[in-house]
Amino acid sequence: MRKAIRPEEAAELVPDGAVVLIGGFMGVGTPERMIDALVARGVKNLTVVANDAALPGRGIGKLVSAGAISRAIMSHIGLNPEIQQKMIAGEVEIELVPQGTLVERIRAAGVGLGAVVTATGIGTPVEEGKQVLEIDGKRYLVEKPIHGDFALIAAQQADYAGNLMYSLTAHNFNPIMALAGRTVIVEPEMIVPIGVIPPDAVKTPGVLVDHLLARAA
Amino acid sequence: MDAKVMGRPRAGMSAKEVIARRVAQEIKPGMLVNLGIGLPSMVANYLPHDSGVYFQAENGVIGLGARPPEGMEDPHLTDAGGGFVTALPGAASIDSAMSFGLIRGGHLDMTVLGGLQVDERGYLANWMVPGKMVPGMGGAMDLVAGAKRVVVAMVHSAKGEAKIVPECSLPLTAMRRISLIVTELAVIEPTHEGLLLRERGPDVSIDQILAQTSARLIVDGDVPEMRIG
Repeated sequence: MRKAIRPEEAAELVPDGAVVLIGGFMGVGTPERMIDALVARGVKNLTVVANDAALPGRGIGKLVSAGAISRAIMSHIGLNPEIQQKMIAGEVEIELVPQGTLVERIRAAGVGLGAVVTATGIGTPVEEGKQVLEIDGKRYLVEKPIHGDFALIAAQQADYAGNLMYSLTAHNFNPIMALAGRTVIVEPEMIVPIGVIPPDAVKTPGVLVDHLLARAA
Repeated sequence: MDAKVMGRPRAGMSAKEVIARRVAQEIKPGMLVNLGIGLPSMVANYLPHDSGVYFQAENGVIGLGARPPEGMEDPHLTDAGGGFVTALPGAASIDSAMSFGLIRGGHLDMTVLGGLQVDERGYLANWMVPGKMVPGMGGAMDLVAGAKRVVVAMVHSAKGEAKIVPECSLPLTAMRRISLIVTELAVIEPTHEGLLLRERGPDVSIDQILAQTSARLIVDGDVPEMRIG
């Protein structure tokens, strides 16, 4: 059985300069209390790997506003003018990655694959500086895995064993990132006894989970 | 024909509505379709309710439905633009790896996307304007590289500047010949030989299309008018 920890305790585990995978899509399925605790702790120099930069005041947008991010690997930053200003000012370094490639690079890290080989990005600026393979007459880019020091995951339910279930479009990057963080911290909306989540409904097995955040007071 | 009238959409129909109505005709029952945000998302408004079409939102739902009534929104159910949606009977929720597996793996029958430029090779540029607009490609590169059909829905020209050009000056979204361009003035099919003018917009002449297109268009015989509305 797991011992749930408070968000402040979880934030102390994440050092300045860490590479952090954060679940969510435009703030949907993002661990908000975990982010609030990181902002409160005054974390600096994070490399954030996430689908997008959300909006100011929401999810990852709060880390942007707090100046906690020095590098971001994302597919989309278009709805957060703050991170765009910081990019232009040279305060945040941004690597833009096609969304399908981004999720597979994270998955590759999590499942022990050496690279992703994909046609996405061929003939575009994404190709620059990358190895190209020709397989059966078709050209593919070699995209490297992305490991995280931490994965910060939002789930709808966790049981005492750390098994996770997600809801609707709040799955997004969460189940994939849970494979690729050296330390996996989960913010569930509910924590339920073992057996409440049927084995067939478990999307992330509890063996991948290191810490659960205690329920909101 | 009176030059001032030429090229105007049907009475009461905006350019975007003409485009959305025409694109809707490309969607057949039972298809799995991904609509981009903005103009492409309007296409769903012009399909019959019993069309049997599944819409995918790449953030993780198949069987996307209309916006829910006020107060009934689920914060865990949005489209790729972050707007609240519903899920129709038969819907499935999936993670991002499955979502893009469907897209890249050839399981997505059609994607409808906006465009900044399309060129004579049928290549699309729609994700950045260097020095001006760098929002990120999101899912666009995977969609164009992987969908079975790629339909570009866009207004024909931008402030008098042609968007259908000999060669894209903006960074490409993919090196893949897209399937169809639908504008308020024309339906154009990129082919091995070049851009084939398939249809004219309502009350639009071929000369007017050519005047707003800097790419070479193949005009073969009679070009019928779009049948919409």
